[in-house]
Amino acid sequence: MIRIEYFAVLREHVGRAQEDLSTAATTVGELYAELDQRYAFPAVGRVKVAVNDEFRDWNTPLEDGDFVVFIPPVAGG
Amino acid sequence: MSHFTFSREPFTPERYRDLLSDPVAGGYASFEGRVRNHNEGRGVVRLEYEGYEALGLKEGERVVAEAFDRFPIAKAHCVHRLGVLEIGDLAVWVGVTAAHRDAAFAACRYIIDEVKTRVPIWKKEHYAEGDSGWINCEVRAADAPSGATLP
Repeated sequence: MIRIEYFAVLREHVGRAQEDLSTAATTVGELYAELDQRYAFPAVGRVKVAVNDEFRDWNTPLEDGDFVVFIPPVAGG
Repeated sequence: MSHFTFSREPFTPERYRDLLSDPVAGGYASFEGRVRNHNEGRGVVRLEYEGYEALGLKEGERVVAEAFDRFPIAKAHCVHRLGVLEIGDLAVWVGVTAAHRDAAFAACRYIIDEVKTRVPIWKKEHYAEGDSGWINCEVRAADAPSGATLP
């Protein structure tokens, strides 16, 4: 089981802040593609990804129990 | 002591500035980012900041640690607001003390620049016309690549 949390533009688009799901995806990139199929994420520019509260690249293998966050372009300050 | 924090409530710089005093520090520089009433030609009435706090705290700490590596400074701290902010509200504050002013100014500039581009914080502007938008996430149809841009 993978836990996903959504923030900002993605949270509003998906309509919830988090979900748990079982997936056949083996990398976080594949997970993003699977969810993009389901939700048709808006084109927001370059999205980054975090696994277990650290930035990771898109080829990072997905492990059972991982916590994944997709990070649309940030705008602090 | 942590060097980067989030605040869900309004805060005054004085509360944090006093933590930066140091007998070796002859200089203090700070930056205050406040909510302005316009952006890219549109009237703004309020803002919302949303943060991925667990990662944001880590990345904010990394930014300040880099400032300590790059500049001879004594103490530094950055605070970023989350939640709904009105025009004029303090959104972000950076304070740095150092033996000399050059390092204090440079480190302050480094921290605010890096925080803005790296810490997972999102800003939603509410406009005078009643609509709203997530800053840096609004891609006009003409600019949008076909399909997902990822990975």
